[in-house]
Amino acid sequence: MPVAVFFGCAFIAFGPALALFVFTIAREPLRVIILIAGAFFWLLSLLLSSLVWFIAVKASNPENVSLQKGLLIFGAVFSVVLQEVFRFAYYRLLRKANEGLAAISEENLSPISVQQMAYVAGLGFGIMSGAFSMINILSDSLGPGTVGIYGDSQYYFITSAFMTMAMTLLHTFWGVVFFDGCEKRRWWVIAAVAALHLLVSGLSFLNPSYEGSLPPAYVIMVLMAAWAFFSSGGSLQTLTQVWMCESPFLSILLYSGTTPILHKCQGVAILWN
Amino acid sequence: VMGAAGSSVSGQPSLLLTCLHICPLPGVGCSSVQQKIYVQLNKTFPCVRLLNATHQIGCQSSVSGDTGVLHVLETETDLDWVLSSGPNPPYVVLMVAEHFNRSTMMKLKGSARVAGVAVVISKAGPAQGFSPHHSCPNQNSGVYSDSYGPELAGCNVTVWNPLGNSLSYEDFRFPIFSLHEGEEADVIRKCFLDHNRGVNGSDPAYPLCAMQLASHMYAVKDTATCMRRNDIQSRFSISPEFVCDALADYNVWSSLKPLNNSGKGHLDGESVVIAATRLDSRSFFWNEAPGGESAVGGFVTLLAAAQALRAVVEDHPPSQNILFTFFQGETFDYIGSSRMVYDMENGKFVIDLDNIHSLVEIGQVALHRNGQLWLHSDPVSRRNSSVRSESTALNLSLSVAEPDVSQPLPPSSFQRFLRARPIPGVVLTDHMSAFSNRYYESLYDDAEYLNVSYPSGLSPEEQLEYVTDTAKTLAEVATLVARSLYKQAGGLDDHLSSINADPKIVTQMLYGFLVQSNNSWFRSLVSPDIVKNLGDPVKMPTWLVQYVLANFTGTLRNLTQTQCKNPEDLEGESKDLYSYFWVQGPVPPNSTQGEGYCVRAPVRLVKAHSPAFELHQYSSRDYSTWTESRWKQIQARIFLVASRDLEMLTLGVGVAVLLVSLVVTYFINSKADLLFSSSRETTSTAY
Repeated sequence: MPVAVFFGCAFIAFGPALALFVFTIAREPLRVIILIAGAFFWLLSLLLSSLVWFIAVKASNPENVSLQKGLLIFGAVFSVVLQEVFRFAYYRLLRKANEGLAAISEENLSPISVQQMAYVAGLGFGIMSGAFSMINILSDSLGPGTVGIYGDSQYYFITSAFMTMAMTLLHTFWGVVFFDGCEKRRWWVIAAVAALHLLVSGLSFLNPSYEGSLPPAYVIMVLMAAWAFFSSGGSLQTLTQVWMCESPFLSILLYSGTTPILHKCQGVAILWN
Repeated sequence: VMGAAGSSVSGQPSLLLTCLHICPLPGVGCSSVQQKIYVQLNKTFPCVRLLNATHQIGCQSSVSGDTGVLHVLETETDLDWVLSSGPNPPYVVLMVAEHFNRSTMMKLKGSARVAGVAVVISKAGPAQGFSPHHSCPNQNSGVYSDSYGPELAGCNVTVWNPLGNSLSYEDFRFPIFSLHEGEEADVIRKCFLDHNRGVNGSDPAYPLCAMQLASHMYAVKDTATCMRRNDIQSRFSISPEFVCDALADYNVWSSLKPLNNSGKGHLDGESVVIAATRLDSRSFFWNEAPGGESAVGGFVTLLAAAQALRAVVEDHPPSQNILFTFFQGETFDYIGSSRMVYDMENGKFVIDLDNIHSLVEIGQVALHRNGQLWLHSDPVSRRNSSVRSESTALNLSLSVAEPDVSQPLPPSSFQRFLRARPIPGVVLTDHMSAFSNRYYESLYDDAEYLNVSYPSGLSPEEQLEYVTDTAKTLAEVATLVARSLYKQAGGLDDHLSSINADPKIVTQMLYGFLVQSNNSWFRSLVSPDIVKNLGDPVKMPTWLVQYVLANFTGTLRNLTQTQCKNPEDLEGESKDLYSYFWVQGPVPPNSTQGEGYCVRAPVRLVKAHSPAFELHQYSSRDYSTWTESRWKQIQARIFLVASRDLEMLTLGVGVAVLLVSLVVTYFINSKADLLFSSSRETTSTAY
């Protein structure tokens, strides 16, 4: 049943993004606006970079295969650079907007912090990037056939879905880290984000040997998740606190009488109640 | 080939998400995903649905096409695999033409595990013959019935097409496509060999090679139903979508001495000998009907005879007129001839049934052995003595014999005339009883079967001029026909020797109608804007016969193009008596277009549309009620299909990812204040 493949791949690619949207963004109109504007900025960057690539290809000899491959690599690199440029431009725009929001609010405090804007902007970039990667493939997965008659791997749909999920989450984390780097004027952070983006894009050129592109992308994603967590105010302490105190482990510990942790958690437990 | 008026409207399936599939740079090896998945098969011919008063015949597929795992049929075990033992039904069966017979197709028809059939057509047909038509063609629309010669009806005396298996008249609920031997057939076989054969006798492993055939037909049940639905559409819909079209085309007719086209009904003092033949044929598949022996041989002979009579028409015209008629749609219960008889009965044609002196019909004549031809006549009307004397008066120079006195007429247009009036007439054929055509109304009735073959190494122009043996024998038959017509029409014996059909013209016509219609001779005969329509040899249109006949029976007039279009006011020109054609003429060696000439000829087209549709009697038993269904998309493609397990696994993984991400996000979100609290105020840690 090809509909199963369609829904399976759609859920894999957009499941985390959907969860993030539903629980963190949908209730707050301001975040929705920032999300959509972020998506639009990513779209603009793609439009410009694809225009450049298109002109380059049209002006070149279509028969020369190595030239076309070279142009494709150039197009990908240019697109990554342009995406980061637009991310920076969006950061500047949001900073300006933030000042405006603070001015019109009652307490002279902006209703949204820069970290939250960073996260929403990154998610916007990620969702749009995922949509463009995946929608075309999803519509083809509805047909009766699967990839393979020309010798390609039959796991094309699934691996594309996983790659898309990784890219969406990566864009989110890069957004957080990038904005944080801009706030604290740490330019090496920006360079690192751009370099990682280039690396992940470059890994996709290794396809169809999916072993070469997917696991490294996921490793980078986990690393970026950690980096984003720490740069947005998390720490090991808070992690253990939440993990130990607010989980079903608490009841087990209470019953088992492990005192030191209980001391630490008690204040928190009182606050929670 | 009969054509339904405006039958196919091709369009793409409108998925909203397919907008990104356009491959803008075809030369670059564009990697659109669809191109990775599907291999389109372009040179395929479907079998379509036809309906008549009581039945639907042909093939049907579901709306988006029927998909099945590919299986190549070579032996009996393969058939068992498809019908019972194969583990991955449904199957699409690929068979070579030898297996395309009634027993195999009936077994496949009865099975629910068959999703479609693809037949690979080879150059030459099966040696024992193959005819998907009825064994008794047009038995209910001829003249023999319970009230007229009941002992002769229903092929009781002679089975005309003994090899006929009526496959074309079965109703299949799966699509059947045909493709020719070549690149596409090889691609399909390679796909099957690579993916669909299990290793060491085990079941083949996924992904498997599959084929999808789409030929969804909109009409169902019978003509009355689809006409009623057409009616509803035209009345209540803003943009009506018809579901079927009546089979309709044009008959071509010409007369030796011009007749005034504005006068209809009985023509006083006019006595006419009709020389009739048919233009059309069919096969199991749509729009593929070479019809070499069944149609082309006959009308080429009559065209050559018309050209031969030109020598005497000026100086020594016969006392009676000769009307050359070429009927379309005869395969489908005599559409053309029934319409002409109807028009004659109702005074809508230039002459009346009373004006007909006799009728000579050219049947299948191209396969005669040792120069032996046969003259068939109707035993029932021959009992009337005056009719008998007219029949035997024909003077014959080839060896022609009459078959047994009690044998009925073969299926012929003459039978429709006999239904209206006992007119004396004969049908000239190359068979005494059963057809000598072993591929009647099939794909194999082509140039090769007629022995129209050329030595290798000839260019197309040289092939056009080369006189084949078939052309020579057909020219002799044409000479015979022309002389007989002249004599029958009251011409004198002295002038018979000057009537000779030209083998050069016959061979050019055979080349044009059987091999390649886009040749220099045809291009010079037609008008300049129709030249580009000359293409496939199989789709022979009626207008080409019209132009050829105009060339043979017409005269050049010294008129300009505008004058040729409207010659009413000019002296000596009359649109009532003649038709005027602007033709390209021969192309000079240094240019691409001919000069253009005006040809005046007494050649006309009349509608060949069954009277049943004029009278709105869609369940009529008297007239042909054949219609062809409409369709939107016909395509065939092959691809790989994944196993159901993999698909379900993908869905499972997707649902799991979604649920996990929902749960994790919910928890992170509810604890967000705590998790990301290090950089904000530290009040929460005070306790």
